Amino acid sequence: MSDQHTEIDAHSGVETTGHTWDGIQELNNPLPRWWLIVWYISIAWALVYMVLMPAIPALPGLGSTNTPGLLGQSDRSLVAEKVAAMNAERGVASQRLMAASLTEIQNDLNLQQFAMEMGESAFGDNCATCHGAGGRGAKGYPMLADDIWLWSGTLDGIEQTIRHGIRHEGDDATRFSAMPAFGRDKLLTSSEIDDLVQHVLSFSGRDTDAAAAAEGSTIFAAQCATCHGANAKGDRSVGAPDLTDAEWIFGGEPSDIEATISNARNAHMPAWQGRLDDPTIKALAVYVHSLGGGE
Amino acid sequence: MNHVANPPKASNPPPAPPSLYERRKQIYPKLAHGKFRMIKWVVMALTLGAYYIVPWIRWPRGEGIPDQAVLADFAGEKFYFFFITIWPQEIFYLAGLLIVATFGLFLVTSLLGRVWCGYTCPQTVWTDLYIWVERAFEGDRAARMRLDKAPWSLNKAVRKIGKHIVWLIIAFLTGGALILYWHDAPTIARTFFTGQAPLTAYFFAGLLTLTTYFLAGWMREQVCTYMCPWPRIQGALTDEYALNVTYRYDRGEPRGPLRKEQGFEGRGHCIDCKQCVQVCPMGIDIRDGAQLECIHCALCIDACDDIMTRVGRPTGLIAYDTDLAVATRAAGGKPVYKLLRTRTVLYAVLMVAISALILVGLAKEPTFEINVLKDRSPPFVQLANGDVRNGYTLKLVNKATTARDTMVSISGLPGAEFEIIGLSKPDGAKEMELPLEQYGVDRFRLLVTAPAASLPHRSSLDITVLDPVTGESHTSSAAFTTAGAE
Repeated sequence: MSDQHTEIDAHSGVETTGHTWDGIQELNNPLPRWWLIVWYISIAWALVYMVLMPAIPALPGLGSTNTPGLLGQSDRSLVAEKVAAMNAERGVASQRLMAASLTEIQNDLNLQQFAMEMGESAFGDNCATCHGAGGRGAKGYPMLADDIWLWSGTLDGIEQTIRHGIRHEGDDATRFSAMPAFGRDKLLTSSEIDDLVQHVLSFSGRDTDAAAAAEGSTIFAAQCATCHGANAKGDRSVGAPDLTDAEWIFGGEPSDIEATISNARNAHMPAWQGRLDDPTIKALAVYVHSLGGGE
Repeated sequence: MNHVANPPKASNPPPAPPSLYERRKQIYPKLAHGKFRMIKWVVMALTLGAYYIVPWIRWPRGEGIPDQAVLADFAGEKFYFFFITIWPQEIFYLAGLLIVATFGLFLVTSLLGRVWCGYTCPQTVWTDLYIWVERAFEGDRAARMRLDKAPWSLNKAVRKIGKHIVWLIIAFLTGGALILYWHDAPTIARTFFTGQAPLTAYFFAGLLTLTTYFLAGWMREQVCTYMCPWPRIQGALTDEYALNVTYRYDRGEPRGPLRKEQGFEGRGHCIDCKQCVQVCPMGIDIRDGAQLECIHCALCIDACDDIMTRVGRPTGLIAYDTDLAVATRAAGGKPVYKLLRTRTVLYAVLMVAISALILVGLAKEPTFEINVLKDRSPPFVQLANGDVRNGYTLKLVNKATTARDTMVSISGLPGAEFEIIGLSKPDGAKEMELPLEQYGVDRFRLLVTAPAASLPHRSSLDITVLDPVTGESHTSSAAFTTAGAE
């Protein structure tokens, strides 16, 4: 098969390469020479590329990384550049955001759309972990889309909560109050707490043990009304929730309420000032306000 | 290798193995004169003229909107074509246009073979232009061959360098004109030279400059033979009735040089002058029959007609014809030509049908559109007083070139109230004003509140936006969910 005996194939009129196998001959339809040259150029280019760009992984002495290449190209630095460029671009619009008051932002449709987009993405990155997508809330984490607020539902109030957090140590302006742990600290006996639970349930029209609830009402007036109000409507200045509605942040079952009275909840939210920049906090306030519950 | 373990040493060295690679054979197409050459000049002038002039045509559309007649505006996410504006969500119009163009190509191919290749393909047109430049500097076929064989001299260098400079200028004008279709032409033409144009503009101008120079100057017929898929595809689109540039062997054979004393008695009309080969830009002999390399530019028809006239024979020895007709004539029959065939009719009908769909779609084009996206999280919100609220994002596309005030209202949900964040609505009003900015997309946040008691888990409501000036209104349905039973 390697005798290189070439001939002209009778059928096609094409020269053969001289390769035959079991009587089958190979025709020689030559490739254009520039094609071969392009292939050589590609190989040369691959070598150049390997020297210039990050290429060979896990060489001895390099550890788990690869040869960096002479050009120092790095996707990480490209991303950093793009983030910087985006921040610069966003800075211009952010200045408009900073110059306007929260109400002005909400009433200027252009600015509102910008703040909403910015707020939505910042909310997803920072807030949704606890408050859920769209502010739907979870047990222990208030829903933000309804019209029930612990502290404040105004634009400025929301901004203050985001900026300084709730019971955040190290921020003097944080929203602060402390409910006593009536059971754990032995301020009330176990049976007193049971009576109190029955009374608390009665505010929202639930079925209760009337006698126990009557006992509980005296305890409520003495221990709870200071913050939650004599009518149990709550007090936003100290973040005391309204006990008459159907909304229970930590659960509305008797056992949940008993646990709350015994141990107190005093939930925390971090202060975001310093972690997020001012335009982002402003955008977040507009976004949370627009979820539906804004006042 | 198993049958010859130790080949005996040959006394004579074996012949050199044949080369598996082939050097390009330089082609020196001769200038043809005649009907088809004239058609090709005209087509070249029209296509190149359109390519260079179209981006400069202005088409005022309104304040703040590009006034370029044909523009692919990537930054603004629009495609402009004279009176048509295509928004991103209508990209299917472009798909439709491409489908019509494809069927157009199929139709002409099934009627007339590779006319696209021969007359209008950019590769053909620019190569033709480059050969014209080459001819201007180096002369026609014979002179060019002489020049290439001649040793280097000042004369040769000047001609060669001059040719390449003009080629490069044409190449740059080609690449430069391409970017005019992607940017405002007067602006990019200025900023390109002051260094302020975007990097992509320089990249594509450079790319097109290089490809034009190499493909039309150096690669030429090899692009068609080795790179282009169209010669392969077209085999599936033609049949025995498609008209192709054909050598009529029934008339031409037996060929041979013309001898005065013999005349044309007892022989074919082909005098074997090889003019058809000399004018061929692909370097082939049309008398060998249909070939993959042939782009059907018809220049061999011009060359042959010229000769036939001179020797006093009828023209059309090479002509648009079919192999079937030639074979029929050779066998003494009467050839049949069929332009109306199933495939040509089908292509034409599809072209008309799709064009009609596009035109109807464009004619019915609304001046604004409404899209309602319901919040997925939370699906509904229980309010303190027991009512239920659902949140929606309202996306409104205003295609008018002016801002306008529309009225939005909801219906279909008993007792429902609505509000839009950032806009005030008089208490109890059934509709409210919604300002739309000119020529853009606005997003609004819509909140709908309804007494939950009467509502099932899922009901629906209609959101209607009306332009009170034109009376145009659009309605979109959306779901309304509550905690109620399924």
